[in-house]
Amino acid sequence: MAQALDLSAFVQHRDGTAHIDLAVEGVGCAACIRKIEGGLKQIPGVVEARLNFSNRRLAVDWREDELAAGTLIAALENIGYRAHPFQPERAETDEARHANWLIKCLAVAGFAAMNIMLLSVSVWSGADDMAQETRDFFHWLSALIALPAAAYAGQPFFRSAWTALCARGVNMDVPISLGVLLALGMSLVETASHARHAYFDSATMLLFFLLCGRALDHAMRRKTRAVAGNLAALKAEFAHRFDGAELVRVPAAALRPDDRLLIRPGDRVPADGIVLSGTSEVDDSLVTGETLRRVVAPGGLLHAGAVNFSGTLTMRVTAAGSGTLIDEVERLLEKAITAKSRYVHLADRAARMYAPVVHATAALTLIGWLTVGASAHDAVITAIAVLIITCPCALALAIPAVQVVASGALFRAGVILNSGDPIERLAEVDTVVFDKTGTLTLPEPRVVNARSIDSALAEKAARLALSSRHPLAAAVAREARERVPYEGASEEPGQGVRVMIEGTEARLGSLAFCGATKVESIGPGTSLIAFRHNGESIILQVRQALRHDAIKTAVALRALGLKLMILSGDRADAVLPVASALGIADWRGALTPAEKISAIEELKARGHRVLMVGDGLNDAPALAAAHVSLSPISAADLTQAQADAVFLGEKLGPVRDAVATARRARRLMHQNLWLAVIYNVIAVPVAIAGLVTPLIAAAAMSGSSILVTLNALRARRRS
Amino acid sequence: MNVLIYLVPMALALGLTGLAAFLWSLRSGQYDDLDGAALRVLSDEDVSDARRE
Repeated sequence: MAQALDLSAFVQHRDGTAHIDLAVEGVGCAACIRKIEGGLKQIPGVVEARLNFSNRRLAVDWREDELAAGTLIAALENIGYRAHPFQPERAETDEARHANWLIKCLAVAGFAAMNIMLLSVSVWSGADDMAQETRDFFHWLSALIALPAAAYAGQPFFRSAWTALCARGVNMDVPISLGVLLALGMSLVETASHARHAYFDSATMLLFFLLCGRALDHAMRRKTRAVAGNLAALKAEFAHRFDGAELVRVPAAALRPDDRLLIRPGDRVPADGIVLSGTSEVDDSLVTGETLRRVVAPGGLLHAGAVNFSGTLTMRVTAAGSGTLIDEVERLLEKAITAKSRYVHLADRAARMYAPVVHATAALTLIGWLTVGASAHDAVITAIAVLIITCPCALALAIPAVQVVASGALFRAGVILNSGDPIERLAEVDTVVFDKTGTLTLPEPRVVNARSIDSALAEKAARLALSSRHPLAAAVAREARERVPYEGASEEPGQGVRVMIEGTEARLGSLAFCGATKVESIGPGTSLIAFRHNGESIILQVRQALRHDAIKTAVALRALGLKLMILSGDRADAVLPVASALGIADWRGALTPAEKISAIEELKARGHRVLMVGDGLNDAPALAAAHVSLSPISAADLTQAQADAVFLGEKLGPVRDAVATARRARRLMHQNLWLAVIYNVIAVPVAIAGLVTPLIAAAAMSGSSILVTLNALRARRRS
Repeated sequence: MNVLIYLVPMALALGLTGLAAFLWSLRSGQYDDLDGAALRVLSDEDVSDARRE
């Protein structure tokens, strides 16, 4: 069926030129860049095509009167790449701007630190035989560079410290800002009074090191967000909209209430709605976790994410707020999110303890020197030196550095972090709650008796299944070793497919269609599909199957000391075999979303930290209620948005990797904090004694920063 | 030490030039696609046939 593709929701127009961003699949080498850009530029009307290899996105500009956006996607498909229209999220563009600003600050701080160090080294090495005028000149010159540079590059810290102080709190940026400002102010006063020591280099170097940490942290987050955005675009569904005259393919994101859609067998329902005509069976497993199919007739409700099984349906899209399951889920979600207590991060907890101690030490130093009879000037200088040397350079790097390295390690293990920093929360869990359907089991049904049937016949059946769109056939087709469909296959709607193989007819489809008789008794939730060729026939059983490494992962999670539990929306007799295969004694079935939440609240009340792993729409509120949450990439969109992290692929192993990596990261964070404390224990007495020169301050700060960064790199190691 | 009168401004000017060049390269999007830049250099499509001789 030829049909128009309507992408107008994704195209931006600017004086005669149209622009679209596409996420491209399958880009892997240098030749791809040339093939894609060259191929598109050959199309008359295309002005510019630029592929960003780092985030696999393609920006195309064309003269809008000469081309339609659909042509570009078709052209890319001809070259061998699948492209998906992509709408950069607001959050992503904001983040890109912020990252650029951080790098500008970093560049300014780096310039200032290097040039001032040039002057400072001259002063230090010529300390004894340098004329006072020359030294003062060098100090003034340092001030000239340092003050504007710090005013610009210090903004990320000053702003965050100011926000914290306005909220009557303390974060790590408060002592940082105070240290920088005091170091600059004191140096200025000292320079004016022709003193020997100025700390302009310490202040700018401190900013430079800290900005390095911030910029890296931000770059890592941007990278994971870009990947998550691409995955969302790749997953985005298309709908067949029927406006009475013409069938148009539109992205599901562009659907409006009251649009009429055509849903064919094998299609995923792209939006909530009501059936207008047709009857069919739908698979709601992504919505409710229920594996038994539901029969729908005109007037019946359809949920986004359900798969249409047997008949063609037309439906009308309904807006939210019409008493559907989605509304119930969203209401529960809102409650769960507001009930969630704000998590205090390790860095903030450290800052809350650190800042008062440091400031008290500085105050005591001032009082101490005054009481032993030092001049007010010397006492103040020494107190400020204490603040400078304790300025939490190492402390502020200790945690972000580990976070950057650990999220990189998780990324390689196939776990993409959604929210800011779930690593600390992941490290604390003691109970893992699984959803069953789509989480412990694979998201699509599989042939479960492949081993016990004739493999030659099974292979033929699988190759024939490639020609059908039916979901059961799709399960059979997944078993095909040679992914080449037979030529000339024809589909009988609602019956099956037939084709001539080596001169005789082969059929794949319902038992009646293939003339097979039902022999064995089967459990609920199992579908049968038959294949017949040359008088021989086989019956394939299709059912939700466990993920391949589910049993291994359950054992590994228990070895980490975690308690496992299953909370499923599916019937109890469907949950029992899964629970017993995995050796999980603690399981419950037939739960509503509200019951899932209360089960998790119960665990929390008993003091457990719960990691919830789920994919269905019905899991979304439970994910939000849990201490930390994970979703497979096949999860419903709303659910995935709630999860703290998403894992890729067909394996369950990333769940174990995530917990193990997070625990190692937390250990390294604690180690780094202790390293910072040890540094202070050594450096602070020296500062209190009044022995800190700018040279010592510079060496101590850079030394401790490099030490914690190197320690953080150990989080890279794969377990 | 009179040499400082022109050496110091020169050093500063050089440093500022470096900073300005970096900011310019950042603004013109040269760091947007670091992996792509590493691969694009291998492509010699932009070299004309005559010069390839």
